[in-house]
Amino acid sequence: MMRLFMILRVAFKALGRNKLRTALTMLGMIIGVAAVIAMVALGVGAQEGIEASIQSAGTNLITVYAGSFSMGGQRQGAGAAITLSLEDAVAIRDEVSGIQYMSVGVRSQQQVVVSGQNWRTNINGVDIEWPQIRSWPVKYGSFFSQQDVTASARVAVLGLTVATNLFGEDADPSGEIIRVKDQPFKVIGVMTGKGASTSGENLDDSILIPYTTCMKKLMGTQNIQNMTISAASADEVALVKDRVSTVLRMRHRIFPGDTDDFMLFTADEIMAMRTETTRTMTALLSGIAGVSLLVGGIGIMNIMLVSVTERTREIGLRMAIGAKGRDVLLQFLVEAVVLSLVGGGIGIGCGFGLAKVVTQVWEYPTTISPDSIVLAFAFSAVTGIFFGFYPATKAAKLDPIEALRFE
Amino acid sequence: MAVISVRNLKKTYVVGDIQVHALRGVASDVEQGEFLAVTGPSGSGKSTFMHILGCLDRPTSGQYILDGQDVSKMSKDDLAKVRNHRIGFVFQGFNLLSRTSAIENVELPLLYSRDHIKGAERHKRAMASLEIVGLLDRSHHHPNQLSGGQQQRVAIARALINNPSILLADEPTGNLDTRTSIEVMDVFQRLNIERGITILLITHEHDITQYGTRTVAFRDGHIVSDMKNVNRRMAKDELAALPSREAAEAADAAAAASVSAKLAAG
Repeated sequence: MMRLFMILRVAFKALGRNKLRTALTMLGMIIGVAAVIAMVALGVGAQEGIEASIQSAGTNLITVYAGSFSMGGQRQGAGAAITLSLEDAVAIRDEVSGIQYMSVGVRSQQQVVVSGQNWRTNINGVDIEWPQIRSWPVKYGSFFSQQDVTASARVAVLGLTVATNLFGEDADPSGEIIRVKDQPFKVIGVMTGKGASTSGENLDDSILIPYTTCMKKLMGTQNIQNMTISAASADEVALVKDRVSTVLRMRHRIFPGDTDDFMLFTADEIMAMRTETTRTMTALLSGIAGVSLLVGGIGIMNIMLVSVTERTREIGLRMAIGAKGRDVLLQFLVEAVVLSLVGGGIGIGCGFGLAKVVTQVWEYPTTISPDSIVLAFAFSAVTGIFFGFYPATKAAKLDPIEALRFE
Repeated sequence: MAVISVRNLKKTYVVGDIQVHALRGVASDVEQGEFLAVTGPSGSGKSTFMHILGCLDRPTSGQYILDGQDVSKMSKDDLAKVRNHRIGFVFQGFNLLSRTSAIENVELPLLYSRDHIKGAERHKRAMASLEIVGLLDRSHHHPNQLSGGQQQRVAIARALINNPSILLADEPTGNLDTRTSIEVMDVFQRLNIERGITILLITHEHDITQYGTRTVAFRDGHIVSDMKNVNRRMAKDELAALPSREAAEAADAAAAASVSAKLAAG
């Protein structure tokens, strides 16, 4: 029985004799493992991103969207139907108990112009309680007031991205005038950085104005698109959600059994949905990565089989000078495992790199989990053993006389 | 005492429905220090005989005593151990590992040794082996940097590393020219005479059998003749009588030059 160290040396020597082939065989493993590492990093990163955005979104949130509707067979998106009115909002405020803050919402995509700069962004028409609902404080200046809402004043509070793009890094543009749809708006403040929302959009890339101004002066509409409600406590979220639903169904005259013409989500539900989506994506991507590992393993088996045939005489010689079947088996098995483990090791490095590139270039958050490294390493070892076993047994079963005669 | 003693050795191969009787009851003894040349036409059973003596194969029936131990019924693993410790093999095709230095080729059997031998000790023993065959200065050359005769001497050094009781050589000069053959036979004879190593050599060249002390001829699975060689050829004397390699090469070159001169003139 050869000592493991010697077997390893023999394996490295054998693999070193045909470097190009060894490198190409490893490539299969490298790609497979790198794919697994990068995909899992992407999945974990996305998951952590969701959790962070939920944390920062504000607590105990309930969102109401106007329902979708069909127009000539084309189904429009949520909020497209004119099913939510300001009266609905007033009724909810009056009739539903357990609401702490509430804001109606409308939004419009507009080109925003200042002298020498312009930027296309979301104009969000909201109510004065918006900063409390979102736990989103003002950085410079102040938020608009009830008077501004009542008067449909042309005042705007900029998201950090918008402020940076229009006025430069860290500028306080309070008092400046921006033009939206050829109308002058006075900038009265800038929000602090908030990051991505639960739905993944960058909240900092938006401008907040009174909903009244947005409806009358920008959009010319009587209807609101959504409401954001925060319940007084976490325990009351479900209760408030039910109450809001009851009020809206009554007001919209929806009979029991008929479907809602609005949509109601709690933050938990959104998180659950997003988590589920991410999980499915991760599973899918990991599946693809797993397939490439399998292909890598088959590559190893293929090369090991070729190698056994090529080295038949060598095997015969080794047996003649005293190698037992077990020694030959171990030698080829170790070669396969070295191939897959070294390939796996390089693959882990490449996976790291790939995850970094994804983060840098596409700005997706990625997190390398130690689990995935252990998993990838274990998997490559298992792949090596599994796919190396058949060629190794084939080598070990050779008859030394036949093997020595092999041309 | 006989190193090798076989009695009623039979080997039958079954190929499909046909039984091939390769050995039909062979009996022979080989004494310590003998140099046995085994010859016979192909299909005579000499290869099968050598495979069994080399513990690469087991007889169908009969007895094979090697160094006083019955090896005819041993398991495969035990046979591997016997091959490793008591038998040295030399093949027609040298069978050296390519891209591996001479010394590492010589060390190879030690990797499969029962007792763990340290790197330094392996190196020392391999160098000693290479010294015996006169290749100390080539220890780090790879096979493709060595001539055929040198490669065969490396193979002999490898066969010697475990101090085997017998050396089995299967057509060791089959791939070599006459002069190199004599050189290799010289190595075998020195091992045999100076170190008392028992040598069994398969060949179908009549010349080569004459270097041994005894010739055994096979035909149809039987030993048909078994004779002591009366006029043993000595490779050392023949080499001394031959012009040196350099002189031979110079003569060749001169001949070639005269031919081309004639061609140019003609």
